Amino acid sequence: MTSSSPADARGRTPRRRGDSRRGDAVFFNLSRGAGILLLVIMAAIAGFLTYRSALALGKNEGNFFTTFEWTPDAAKPVFGIAVLTFGTLVSALIAMAIAVPVAVGIALFISHYAPRRIAQPFAYLVDLLAAVPSIVYGLWGVLFLVPHMDGLTSWMDQYLGWTYIFDQSSAGVPPRNLFTVGILLAIMVLPIITAVTREVFRQVPRMHEEAALALGATRWEMIRTAVLPFGRPGIISASMLGLGRALGETIAVATVLSTNSKLTLHLLDPGGGTFAENIALKFNEAQPLGRDALMASGLVLFVITLLVNGAARVIIARRKEYSGAAA
Amino acid sequence: MAKRIDVSGLSAYYGSTRAIEDISMTIEPRSVTAFIGPSGCGKSTFLRTLNRMHEVIPGARVEGKVMLDDENLYGANVDPVAVRRSVGMVFQRPNPFPTMSIYDNVVAGLKLAGVKKKSVLDGVVEKSLQGANLWNEVKDRLNKPGAGLSGGQQQRLCIARAIAVEPEVLLMDEPCSALDPISTLAIEDLIGELKSQFTIVIVTHNMQQAARVSDRTAFFNLAGVGQPGKLVELDDTQRIFSNPSVQATEDYISGRFG
Repeated sequence: MTSSSPADARGRTPRRRGDSRRGDAVFFNLSRGAGILLLVIMAAIAGFLTYRSALALGKNEGNFFTTFEWTPDAAKPVFGIAVLTFGTLVSALIAMAIAVPVAVGIALFISHYAPRRIAQPFAYLVDLLAAVPSIVYGLWGVLFLVPHMDGLTSWMDQYLGWTYIFDQSSAGVPPRNLFTVGILLAIMVLPIITAVTREVFRQVPRMHEEAALALGATRWEMIRTAVLPFGRPGIISASMLGLGRALGETIAVATVLSTNSKLTLHLLDPGGGTFAENIALKFNEAQPLGRDALMASGLVLFVITLLVNGAARVIIARRKEYSGAAA
Repeated sequence: MAKRIDVSGLSAYYGSTRAIEDISMTIEPRSVTAFIGPSGCGKSTFLRTLNRMHEVIPGARVEGKVMLDDENLYGANVDPVAVRRSVGMVFQRPNPFPTMSIYDNVVAGLKLAGVKKKSVLDGVVEKSLQGANLWNEVKDRLNKPGAGLSGGQQQRLCIARAIAVEPEVLLMDEPCSALDPISTLAIEDLIGELKSQFTIVIVTHNMQQAARVSDRTAFFNLAGVGQPGKLVELDDTQRIFSNPSVQATEDYISGRFG
């Protein structure tokens, strides 16, 4: 060691140190720049939407939050987001109610039940679902799902019709409705929720699983005691990613919902609408005021997404000391 | 409580690799038996065959017989889950459930067994934490997370969790190797107290620890890398450390190898 040339070491060391400092500075500025860029983009979108919204809202003759109609280009411009908010939230909630339990089940199967040689290809298959373009889901929805929904919708009409929202006032019409959209969205968000929860379940430390097993837990009890509580923040985050996609999905929704949208609160009746679908359908034919009105609805969707994500953060942070991050 | 363990002709495998070969020994109730030996000699593997935890690793299997008094743990109709309820285990690294409070950690095993009555659980929590010499330190914060305790406290919490279900046998896999000397001492004192109620088996890399806490000591060795581990001898601890009957044992404890 002492025999290795000191001149060599002396010659190299300072230069290398200089390099790494420059590298540090470059990397620091790159990452800080990326962070700032994100904030600028967010601010630009919010600012743009707010400005255009303000223009439209000033000319609206109805109440923006409670009005059902969307006729901003009429002589007396009236438009409101009541139906759109309802449709967006309800279809996304239906999607979540179906997709989250199924995704957690698939993720558990892949991470804890399936033999490895099945788990890998199976996981790959689920990821593949995420690569299918939205329009393909939309076409599948309108060409396959819609014609096959009759049994389910008439059953729901018969037994759950008293809830008003599941009352089907126009039987026999193709069910191009919010409920069908919810099911379609569930399939679309399934892969992302599955992929994230699967990774979280895989990261549960082996020692926690063994702790449960050594106490005499069956496999399911081990999952309930060690895996699910540990994965809870991950399940919530994954659901939020899925919810984000469900709230913002445009083309598949627009394909499935009947084109001549009458706005309705009956989930099983054709019609209803979501923010993104409404924008996609109306934007091309809209006058300047109509476009600004659509921007206003876009701003609402933006705010809803922020609120939902914020709520998820709060839920996760509230149990932070139990998160297992310390272990 | 506290049963005798009688092992005969036991071999354990990981896939096609044999990790330990043909081990037979008797472990007396209400005593502490220490397993020592060089790394890779299979002492932890052997310990894990005593509560059927070995087989939770994919591809792992066991041949031979482990009698707990007169029940063969590897009998045809024996449920491994039931075995683990009567043979408790404490691991190398403290592993309280991070998502649970101190209280819930202690009663985790009881809840799995279906005990729900609050008064019963309260009693068990106090008794087990007393038994693990942890009660005085945590009695005012039973609802705080178990992961917030120090390493030594966490390990005693794990011991409390293990003894809360009143097992026959308590297995400890290098329970002090992640702890500082003071916490180690606390655990060793605790082992001395617990042996009046349980059959205790402890794997340790620390020969002084084996000498301090155990009544009997088993020395394991392996012929070479890739060879299965074997039991060299099992004898009274005092004898193993003063006048072992096998040369390899003496070489190991006097520091000539391992």
